[in-house]
Amino acid sequence: MKRRDVLKSMTALAAGSMFPAPAIWSEAKAQARNETLLLVSESGPNNLDIHGVGTNRPGYEVAWNCYDRLISHGTKTLENGVASYDRDKYTPELAEDWTVTDTAATFKLRKDATFHDGAPVTAKDVKWSFDRAVTVGGFPTFQMKAGSLEKPEQFVVVDDHTFRVDFIRKDKLTIPDIAVIVPSIFNSELMKKHATEKDPWAMDYAKANTAGGGAYKVAKWTPGTEVIYERNETWKGGPLPKIKRIVWRMVPSAGNRRALIERGDADISFDLPNKDFVELNQAGKVAVVSSPIGNGIQYIGMNVTKPPFDKLEVRQAVAYAIPYQKIMDAVMFGLAKPMFGAPQGAALSTAWPQPHGYVTDLAKAKALLAKAGLPNGFETTLSFDLGFAAVNEPLCVLVQESLAQIGIKATINKVPGSSWRAEMTKKEMPLISNFFSGWLDYPEYFFFWCYHGQNSLFNTMSYQNKEMDALIDAARKAAAEGDTAAYDKDVKGFVGKAFADVPRVPLFQPYLNAAMQKNVSGYRYWFHRQLDYRTLSKA
Amino acid sequence: MTALVATMRHARYVVSENPVTGLSFGLFLLIVLAALFGPFLVPHDPLASNTTMALQPPSAQFWFGTDQLGRDIFSRVVVATRLDFGIAVASVVLVFCMGGLAGVAAGFFGGWTDRIVGRIADTIMAFPLFVLAMGIVAALGNTVQNIVIATAIVNFPLYARVARAEANVRREAGFVEAARLSGNGEWRILVFQILPNVIPILVVQMSLTMGYAILNAAGLSFIGLGVRPPTPEWGIMVAEGAAFIVSGEWWIAFFPGLALMIAVFCFNLLGDGLRDIVDPRRRT
Amino acid sequence: MPTLILKRLVMTIPSLIGVVIVTFLLTRALPGDPAAYFAGPAASTEAIEQIRKSLGLDQPLPVQFVDYVQALVRGDLGTSLTTGQPVAAEIAARLPASAELTLLGLLVSMAIAVPLGILAATRPGSMIDHACRIVTTAGVSLPVFFTGLILVYVFYYLLGWAPAPLGRLGIFDSPPPTITGFYLIDSLLAGDGTTFMASLKQLALPALTLGIFALAPIARMTRASMLAVLSSDFVRTARACGLASYTVVVTYAFRNAMLPVITTLGMVFSFLLGANVLVEKVFAWPGIGSFAVEALIASDFAPVQGFVLTMAVLYVALNLAIDLLYGLIDPRARMDA
Repeated sequence: MKRRDVLKSMTALAAGSMFPAPAIWSEAKAQARNETLLLVSESGPNNLDIHGVGTNRPGYEVAWNCYDRLISHGTKTLENGVASYDRDKYTPELAEDWTVTDTAATFKLRKDATFHDGAPVTAKDVKWSFDRAVTVGGFPTFQMKAGSLEKPEQFVVVDDHTFRVDFIRKDKLTIPDIAVIVPSIFNSELMKKHATEKDPWAMDYAKANTAGGGAYKVAKWTPGTEVIYERNETWKGGPLPKIKRIVWRMVPSAGNRRALIERGDADISFDLPNKDFVELNQAGKVAVVSSPIGNGIQYIGMNVTKPPFDKLEVRQAVAYAIPYQKIMDAVMFGLAKPMFGAPQGAALSTAWPQPHGYVTDLAKAKALLAKAGLPNGFETTLSFDLGFAAVNEPLCVLVQESLAQIGIKATINKVPGSSWRAEMTKKEMPLISNFFSGWLDYPEYFFFWCYHGQNSLFNTMSYQNKEMDALIDAARKAAAEGDTAAYDKDVKGFVGKAFADVPRVPLFQPYLNAAMQKNVSGYRYWFHRQLDYRTLSKA
Repeated sequence: MTALVATMRHARYVVSENPVTGLSFGLFLLIVLAALFGPFLVPHDPLASNTTMALQPPSAQFWFGTDQLGRDIFSRVVVATRLDFGIAVASVVLVFCMGGLAGVAAGFFGGWTDRIVGRIADTIMAFPLFVLAMGIVAALGNTVQNIVIATAIVNFPLYARVARAEANVRREAGFVEAARLSGNGEWRILVFQILPNVIPILVVQMSLTMGYAILNAAGLSFIGLGVRPPTPEWGIMVAEGAAFIVSGEWWIAFFPGLALMIAVFCFNLLGDGLRDIVDPRRRT
Repeated sequence: MPTLILKRLVMTIPSLIGVVIVTFLLTRALPGDPAAYFAGPAASTEAIEQIRKSLGLDQPLPVQFVDYVQALVRGDLGTSLTTGQPVAAEIAARLPASAELTLLGLLVSMAIAVPLGILAATRPGSMIDHACRIVTTAGVSLPVFFTGLILVYVFYYLLGWAPAPLGRLGIFDSPPPTITGFYLIDSLLAGDGTTFMASLKQLALPALTLGIFALAPIARMTRASMLAVLSSDFVRTARACGLASYTVVVTYAFRNAMLPVITTLGMVFSFLLGANVLVEKVFAWPGIGSFAVEALIASDFAPVQGFVLTMAVLYVALNLAIDLLYGLIDPRARMDA
């Protein structure tokens, strides 16, 4: 009998630890809860420095909220009622005023702005930060170059509170590029203290420390686990944010992220599967905000240097064989903007992205294959980035199935996220499913990276065409000179050419979705697709 | 021959004495049948998508419901049996050949052979097994062959040790001495005298590792290193279906999970049962 | 005794060298190109080459290996590329989280499996015996990530009994002052009952998930060992002397039967450390398992090497401890080397 008692007490013990009593919130905790925001996402930052080597997307979020830029963007309301940044309106951040001429832009800095350690923000800090961005190489230097910001000599300290950027050429993208995350302003004195001979730009220090003057500072960072922010009480770059403390936890399981938001434990969650966003929205317990990702397209790319994709008819056959609507329904659950099936004879517009004229028409696809001399189809490999499997895997299975019906046997190749970039660089993959979006929301910017004959990394199709290059270059020139008529003609020209030659088949423009509790307000869509904490508040 | 008859009789005794072992033999038969004939019997094409019928709950038309792309889960679960069973069998056969032979040689010859095999086994044992399997698959690429190879490698020490111990006990046994005296070479003795005696105990081990092989493949699928889509495989179906549990589509993960559990369960119980048959201490 | 320890330690050296070599080769065979990964989305080919050079990846393999071993001798495990932190510091910070979880999982498992095994052994062949076998085997038959997700779904999402699966503590709890790194122990040492309960609640589901997975080997070993002991002479003598059945089973048989069970614990622990990798992913647990998976996926060599090496050392140390423990409990074992 006694043995049974032992057993009983053991199971009772196990049961006790299995079913803990529901948590009881104390008064103080309830108070803290109102001023604290809990974010959950799949992965967290790997580096807090926007100029760092390989800083990932969550790292952009830290840089955006913990550093200030000279200028920022205003707010507008999108068609669907979502608040968004305004591409065409600039607002002061560290600069209170600025003037732009044909040869230079001059910024007047705020006199009361300070860094987190109390040091005043001066033009010296701005120059040091710009110099760093164009010197360290890799992504930041590249991004600066996109706005013709290339040499330290371009950045001039006029006096303590006046900073000038001299143009090396006229470029419409220069001012937009000064408002992206890369030209964040660093505390140069603090950084110099941590610089060494081997590391003159204090890359090591900035990796794990925020040396800025932004609205938030990182109080604690445990890589892969959490980031805790405290509000900067002396921030001058805008109205003081409402949220005092932000806890950002990494929750790898998508199911758990949904459970957390549905049960009201988490305040905001990005990166849920589309299906969850649609269902959460319908259930109505939490608010779901969706906005199309600017200048972003999910596409099927064909490498034109890999036969038989060098043949136009084969590429058109693939474009006619893709099950567009099925993908919209079963993969995206309707939560995307279709980029296919433009009405016959519809005029091209200068908007980008815009739908092309291809639809699912297997008979036509078969005929085109026969015309290309491949009536029995061929074998190929369809690759995608495993890091984005939630969308890519079902999408590729549907494409694979549909291609099989016209005789194209595609084997699906899942490429681990770490190798995806390397594979893209090699330009060996014949057929891929991929997504690209540009920070700067201009068609010529997108085409310069994705279709231009300079054959950048994002021209995954290795597409090279003299006519196309001429049109893209002409559009960039027309934009800089403000020649709208020529610009419109050139943009319509390269869009039309991209659709006719079809080296890549646009599928849809995805949405950026965020699920949040109903008492959270002030969400804004940004081109960098990360969260801006400064406008958020919690009732 | 008489030994075989005695074993059969003992087997019948074990099964009658232990209904759980009987159950596991029955399940095993069912799995083998599904692996052999499954693809001919299923009501739907396991690969055909039908997006108008996506995410349907179990019904008369779709017994186990449908998945995100409208594929019939029942058909996929049944067809997957062949692949999963194949992975399990292939990996245990491979490790049986590698580990069993290496272990027998180590136990029989001793000396350097023993030391080398022992060191290899120790090295593998010092890795957390799943992490080693993960590393191998990540390095070699995520194909079925590599999953099989990885599973075989991580189980190597288990087989090598068991085989070594069994062979070591027998190397000076009477029948071995007799074979030696009648002029048989060492290798011949190893293959014809020692190996047959070690096989039964390894067969028990094989049954136990078959379950592990399937779980291993499932774990690899969960971190994205499983088989290629759209091939149906239980582990990847469970891993993908897991994302749908919270939203209420429980059947996507549940049925493949059930099939996987039954198979692993069956292999494990079978191993226990076989152990009872093989273990002479239980022969009375 | 000290010579025995020394002898055992010397014996482990070749396998540790093996682990270092295998890990190094394995991580270099990973398909990813860390240079391309860290060059970021918009890098040119030259930028990638520049980063490859700064990472030392342009050197031939033997040179890289020598560099690695030299650093290792200095106790430098390298720097994680994904998190930018020294690997040794990361592992030191994360190891307690994994160890606490795994040990608690092992305890939960033993608390269930040992009584079950004894129960089964006292009535071999009965329905209870079969039921024990079915229950424990069923536990090991489910992929551990699946068990974990189901537990979260039922106990957190549906019933709300368990706290949110957000790691070691809720967001409004602060960790106890670090002494051992085990929150349960540290909070008790600090006399902080609230934190103790909070971390126990967070631990409950993941530890149970691991525990369920380890039931079968422990129960099987307990049963077999109990059966052997119960049929031995001294138990028969004890019974013949008229001792109560309870006294015989618990006082005499149980103590003797535990010896082989303790030996298996080493193996079970290694088994759980592997399973831990998946459990940590499900419960957002800040342990070294999840750290290693992320690193492996990113082809981040240093953390993978550091993780495997730590695990190997841990495993060797644990087995050594078990051997010594065994020697303490059973004087006969001291004779064998």
